Amino acid sequence: MNEIPLLHILFVSTALFFIGMYGFFTRRNIITMLMSIELILNSVNINFVAFNKYLYPDKLDGLFFAIFIIAIAAAEAAVAIAIIINLYRSHSSIDVEDADELKF
Amino acid sequence: MNEIFTLMKHELSLTLILFILLFLKLGKETWKAESTLGFISLLLLLNFLFGFVMNGTGSLFGDMFHTNATIAFEKNILNFGAFIISLQAFSWLKDHKHLPEFYMLMVSTLIGMFFMISSGNLLMFYLGLELSTIPLAALSNFDLLKRQSSEAAMKMILSSAFSSGILLFGISMMYGTTGTVSFSELPQHLDGSALQVFAFILLFTGFAFKMSVVPFHFWTADVYEGSPASVTSYLSVISKGAVIFVFVTVLYTVFKPMAEMWYHVLFLASVLTMVIGNLFAIRQNNLKRFLAFSSIAQVGFILIGISGSSQTGMASVIYFILIYVFSNLGAFGVVALVSALTGKENVNDYKGFYKTNPLLSWVLTISLFSLAGIPPTAGFFGKLFLLTAGAGKGNYLLITIAALNMIVSLYYYLRIVKAMFMDANEQPIEKLIIPFLPKIALFICVAGMIALGFVSDLYNYIYSLSFGM
Repeated sequence: MNEIPLLHILFVSTALFFIGMYGFFTRRNIITMLMSIELILNSVNINFVAFNKYLYPDKLDGLFFAIFIIAIAAAEAAVAIAIIINLYRSHSSIDVEDADELKF
Repeated sequence: MNEIFTLMKHELSLTLILFILLFLKLGKETWKAESTLGFISLLLLLNFLFGFVMNGTGSLFGDMFHTNATIAFEKNILNFGAFIISLQAFSWLKDHKHLPEFYMLMVSTLIGMFFMISSGNLLMFYLGLELSTIPLAALSNFDLLKRQSSEAAMKMILSSAFSSGILLFGISMMYGTTGTVSFSELPQHLDGSALQVFAFILLFTGFAFKMSVVPFHFWTADVYEGSPASVTSYLSVISKGAVIFVFVTVLYTVFKPMAEMWYHVLFLASVLTMVIGNLFAIRQNNLKRFLAFSSIAQVGFILIGISGSSQTGMASVIYFILIYVFSNLGAFGVVALVSALTGKENVNDYKGFYKTNPLLSWVLTISLFSLAGIPPTAGFFGKLFLLTAGAGKGNYLLITIAALNMIVSLYYYLRIVKAMFMDANEQPIEKLIIPFLPKIALFICVAGMIALGFVSDLYNYIYSLSFGM
């Protein structure tokens, strides 16, 4: 069976990383920004698993790292959504442009 | 089994406090807020004192967790800062509905920082970092009904999640090129290839976000202004200090083979941090925002000490952070007290402050002098050692820029002092009654700022704990 070369997988993960970054900088809805961050974290997961499988198949460091990242991302999303709900209560909006009291 | 108890005792005692707080919250609420706060402060004091006895050296869990005298000392500094903040939070928290939760979140971030400092592996480091930042975002939202507080928390969680995403991408590249995430094995595999340099830059970005080094400092001022004052002091002293401790160790041990490369990064970052932090501090009117920019500028000076990459460098950084704990907590203690009792945070409100509150004015003045680095206070010695360490590399351009920045910083620190002592005000802040616990905290801070500079044994002790490259 033909294996997919590592380079192709790295291309996908890097593309995903920059798509996430682009989304984070351009989107104004906080939930969508959070989703962009998840894209970044998933690109990191792909990196870890691919490196582990292709380059260092005898150790499991990369796989464990990916599992921990998934767990932490869930925790981070939980706290972030709680904060967003609280923001919605006070601002009646989840657009970052509406939260503009603190500047300069 | 015994080994776990001696090596992890800092973390275990904090976990114990966390459980006690949990039971305190779940039990029937018969305690008054004042006595609860006193009890928790007592627990944190005991925890701080316990940090000095039975310190071991060694590593656990396949070198994931390691500790030694240096790490124990750094943890003691953080423990001490947490204790002072718990004393200072008294006037703000005594009417707050969710009192134990504040301490639960604070103690869990402290546990995260301890694991981060003790980590011997990038995975452990990442877990500690997240454990210390996620609850902090919840903490900055602690004034649930204030609009600014929720805005600050939103900015904090988004920027910290984004920065940890970048950090992780760097770690994954590092793993791809070296095949290991362990601190002890990484240096043998680092050869300075282009991908590794890229990975290092991403890792540095992650650190820089948490330390608020300049190109990545935008969240700092907003979060500091919006959060409750006690949380702001926690953010600016404890959380920043913990990341700096790890940063020094990681640079000096793991990235030793790339020393020439990161010296240039630190040079650029420290110049930018000092200049921009100072220039923005000049135009601030909100005291919390002002102290945020002043703390950004201080990080620039710390980076100079780190760039010295010698034993003096590490010793001066630890020593400076110890002094920084006293001076910044002294300043924030006064600001937090005034903000909790009157709600006033602007420089103009502080005009004529000396007429009504001479004691608080003196404390704030001494703290600002110490932050600026004026001789009788300890801040002078801290800055002196930092610049000495930086000068060891022979880059006098950097030292000159730092010296010029110290002069600029004098202007805005003295502006606050002038407002308090010289400016007339029709309606100054009325005479405040300082509760017992915050008063102790302020006295400890002042005593520390004045005495620490003269205890040369302390610096020698820290020097003996440090290591160079």
